[in-house]
Amino acid sequence: MDEWRPACSPAHLHLRAQILQEIRGFFSERSVLEVETPLLCHGIGTDPQLEFFTADYCLPPLQQTLFLQTSPEFAMKRLLAAGSGSIYQICKAFRNGESGRFHNPEFTLLEWYRVGFKLPQLMDEIDELAGQLFRPHRSLNAPQRFSYQELFLSCTGLNPLVFSYKEFCAYAVENHLPEAAAICRRDHSVWLDFIFSHKVQPHLGNNALCMVYGYPACQSSLARINQYNPRITDRVELFFNGIELGNGYYELADPEEQNRRFNEEIIIRQQRKLPAASKDNYLISALQSGLPECSGMAIGLDRLLMALTDSTAIDEVLSFPMRRA
Amino acid sequence: MASYSTNEFKAGLKVMLDNDPCSIIENEFVKPGKGQAFNRVKIRNLKTGRVIERTFKSGDSLEGADVVDVEMQYLYNDGEFRHFMVPDTFEQYQSDEKAVGEASNWLKDQDFCTVTLWNDIPLSVSPANFVELTITSTDPGMRGDTSGGGGKPATLETGAVVRVPLFVQQGEAIKVDTRTGEYVSRVKE
Repeated sequence: MDEWRPACSPAHLHLRAQILQEIRGFFSERSVLEVETPLLCHGIGTDPQLEFFTADYCLPPLQQTLFLQTSPEFAMKRLLAAGSGSIYQICKAFRNGESGRFHNPEFTLLEWYRVGFKLPQLMDEIDELAGQLFRPHRSLNAPQRFSYQELFLSCTGLNPLVFSYKEFCAYAVENHLPEAAAICRRDHSVWLDFIFSHKVQPHLGNNALCMVYGYPACQSSLARINQYNPRITDRVELFFNGIELGNGYYELADPEEQNRRFNEEIIIRQQRKLPAASKDNYLISALQSGLPECSGMAIGLDRLLMALTDSTAIDEVLSFPMRRA
Repeated sequence: MASYSTNEFKAGLKVMLDNDPCSIIENEFVKPGKGQAFNRVKIRNLKTGRVIERTFKSGDSLEGADVVDVEMQYLYNDGEFRHFMVPDTFEQYQSDEKAVGEASNWLKDQDFCTVTLWNDIPLSVSPANFVELTITSTDPGMRGDTSGGGGKPATLETGAVVRVPLFVQQGEAIKVDTRTGEYVSRVKE
């Protein structure tokens, strides 16, 4: 009946426009360049946890499968390698099969890269940006920062960096999560996701911005392994009221390491019978040519709007969520 | 029975879990940006009535449960079983006290109720939200007291005991809310 109407209120449309303007102002003051990169590309992230959409490109006799990007990361790194300097982008990203109270398969990302920044400087900038965006709309408790290891240990008594199947299983059973063993099996990373999602994350950032840094090396994704401690990676996540808002890295620049991670993930995709992902050889070439030392962060803007407005579902801040799109 | 993937878990869907029929109450998709996707599901065991939380890997599935709610008329209690009938088909079902549970407080011969069948066997019985029952015993109230404050216990024809206002007398029929077990009003003959 009224399904043609927007799901969000007019006030939220205005707030979105205002936030976009504030973000652009923030980066413009810091001389970070706004860029656009293609959403439809020949390559795609190989991460087995990210499902992508494909599209058929027809220019007879040419027929190709293209990928809608799960994030603009690879193209933005190619700009960085080509000497763009610090850049940011506000764009749509697409993740297949992700739908729920906090997920829409098509969503808006703010992604930025700071040349010369290591993780601590990036984290300071995240605090500044988020602080500036929240301040006019709601007052927050003081921001928090935790190392993943200390946080996990204090919430669960388990050391996240050393995988003990027996201890993790015993913890799950004691904490009324007996199904964990069957779901996680002997996969360290899935165990960490399971326990973090159930027992750690819900308590993070009580009306405050909370950053967690130093993720276990098995969850490095596209981050560098820490220079001093090879068991952790220079990755940071941002939380607010138990909700994940963003993810950042001190960016991996080693082309061989990147290629090795791509290949490992492609094998995992085959083992799990997931759709085949074409690795982005342009990115490998860009890294070979040389990625400047940089750190980058992505923030889900729809989630940020949810946080600003105390919305309980992502649909409340989207004009037309998937079911009405 | 068909099986249902976590994406199809909606409130009210009946599924088999740990060999018991269950009803989905709530289903939340939980996924770290760069991690494994889960579904946290709140689910009611229809045998015990207990609500539990259970996590599934997204994409996992559960067998559907053949559970249906059928409007029936309560016929009688033979001492061991209670007997119900589907008015349209005259089909009869018998149910032990365990399945009838607390509904026995409110079941009067000929009254309608909802019988939940699992594989065509009564699993539970829900009385109508409001029932009319006669008071079989209660202390005589003080004459002239119509305030209803305080009240007194009254035993109904089904054996249930409810608090009624002081002016309500033995032999009168009253309306009771079965969800709260509270007196609503007297029933005018």
